[in-house]
Amino acid sequence: MSYLHSIGEYFLMIKNTFVKPTKGKVLRDLIFKEIDDLIIGSLGIVAFISFFVGAVVAIQTALNLNNPLLPKSLIGFAARQSIILEFAPTFVSVIMAGKVGSFITSSIGTMRVTEQIDALEVMGINSLNYLVFPKIVAMLIYPFLIAIGMFLGIIGAYTAAVYGGFAPSNDFLSGLQQDFIPFQLFYAFFKTFLFAFLLATIPAYHGYFMRGGALEVGKASTTSFVWTSVAIILVNFITTQLLLS
Amino acid sequence: MIEVKEIRKSFGDNEVLKGFSTKFESGKTNLIIGTSGSGKTVFLKTMLGLFKPDSGQIIYDGNPYSELDDEHQRDLREQIGMVFQGSALFDSMTVEENIAFPLKMFTKMKKKERIERANVVINRVNLENANHKLPSEISGGMQKRVAIARSIVNNPKYLFCDEPNSGLDPNTATVIDNLIREITIEQDITTIINTHDMNSVMEIGDHIVYLQKGHLAWEGTKDEIFKTDNKDVTNFVYSSNLFKMVREAQNS
Repeated sequence: MSYLHSIGEYFLMIKNTFVKPTKGKVLRDLIFKEIDDLIIGSLGIVAFISFFVGAVVAIQTALNLNNPLLPKSLIGFAARQSIILEFAPTFVSVIMAGKVGSFITSSIGTMRVTEQIDALEVMGINSLNYLVFPKIVAMLIYPFLIAIGMFLGIIGAYTAAVYGGFAPSNDFLSGLQQDFIPFQLFYAFFKTFLFAFLLATIPAYHGYFMRGGALEVGKASTTSFVWTSVAIILVNFITTQLLLS
Repeated sequence: MIEVKEIRKSFGDNEVLKGFSTKFESGKTNLIIGTSGSGKTVFLKTMLGLFKPDSGQIIYDGNPYSELDDEHQRDLREQIGMVFQGSALFDSMTVEENIAFPLKMFTKMKKKERIERANVVINRVNLENANHKLPSEISGGMQKRVAIARSIVNNPKYLFCDEPNSGLDPNTATVIDNLIREITIEQDITTIINTHDMNSVMEIGDHIVYLQKGHLAWEGTKDEIFKTDNKDVTNFVYSSNLFKMVREAQNS
C-alpha cells in the first residue's frame, strides 16, 4: 500500500509542479542555473565515461572476433549499435541517476530539513514550481548531452580499434556506416527524453517529501538513486518492446 | 485580526492541539508561550497553513483559511511574514538577496529599488557589513536578524515569529523585540510570536497565550501574567532565577 501511496503522491507532485507558475524573470534565472548545475556540470563525467567505455566496447568486440572469416568492420558496427542503442542513452542515464539524482535529492532534501521549503510556501510561492519545474525544463537539454556521449563513445571506439591495431581505419568506418537505420536514432533520443523526465522528477520527489535530518537526507539520496535506476531500466524495457519489437 | 476556533491537530495517535479558541488582534504583539512539547510550533504552523487542522478554523480578517481555494490561500500567504526558528535562509543567496527575495517575487520594483528597500530593513535590524555574505558565512545571531529583515521587507499584514530571539545577545534581543513591536503598531499588523523568552513577555507581551499539553491553559496581558493564580503559568514564569529573585525582593 505504501508503494501505491508513493506513486500517487509522485503523480500529484508532477501535477502541482505545473500550477501557479513562478514569476517569469525569476524562473528564467532558475532554469539557467539548473542547466549549469545539471547539464554543463555533467559534461566532464559523461565525456570521460563515454570515451573510455566506447574504447572498451571496441576492444571487447575485437578480442571476441576469433573467426578469420568475420570482417573487421564488425567492430565498428558493434560499437555503433551498442553505443547508440544502449550505452549512451541507458548506461549514461543510470550514471546520471547517481550524479544528478543525488544532487537533486540532497539539495531539495536539505531545503526541506532547514525549513527553506516551508519559507517558500509561507510566502505564497508554489515551492514545487519554484524547485522542480526549472529542473524539468533544464533536463530537456539532456538529449544533447547524450548526443555528445554517443559521439565521444564512437571516437573512443575508433581510437581503441584503429590505434590499438585491432582494425584498419577504413574497415572500422565502413562498419560504422553499415546497415544504419535512422529510426534507431529516433528510438534512442525518444527514450532519452523519458529518462530526462525521470531523472528530474524521481529524485525531486524523494527530496521534497523526505522527513528528518541530515542522516535522512543521505538515506533519501540513496533511495532516490535506486528508484530512478529501476524506473530507467523498466522504461527502457517498455520503450524497446514498443518501438523495436 | 486572526481568530482561532476549536482547533485540533493530531499526528497519528498523538493529539498535539486539543481543541481551543482564541483571538489575535492587529496592532498588538501576541505571544504564545509554554513549555517544550506544549504544541506551540504546531499551533503556529497550523495557523500558517503548513499543517492542515483535523478540525476547527483559522480565520484571517473574516476569511476562514480552510475554505479558501489554493489560489486565494497563496494570495493570503503573500501577506504573511514568517521568522523561522532555524532562520530558513536560502543557502545559495547572499544576505541582501535573501532579504530582497520577497520583493523580487511579489513586486514590480527594479533591482536598484529592491536593494534600497532591503538596506532600509538591514539598518533597522542592525546588520552591518554582511550584505554580500552567504548565510553560511555569518553567525547564528546574524542569520536570525536576516530572517527578521526578510519577513518585514514586504510590509506584511500578518507577522509570525518562531523563537525570534533565540541565539541573540540580550541587547540585540531587546532591539529585535522593540523593532517587532514598532512595526506592529506602525503598520497595524497582527503579530504572533512563539517564545520562551520571559524578557520578551515583559517587553512586548500585549496579549499572551499559555499552552499546556495542547490546551490553552491561560491567556492575558503581561501585567496579568505576574498576578495570576494559575500554578502552571506561575511555575513557567518563575522558572528563571532572575524572576525568582525579583519576586523574592518584592516580597521582602
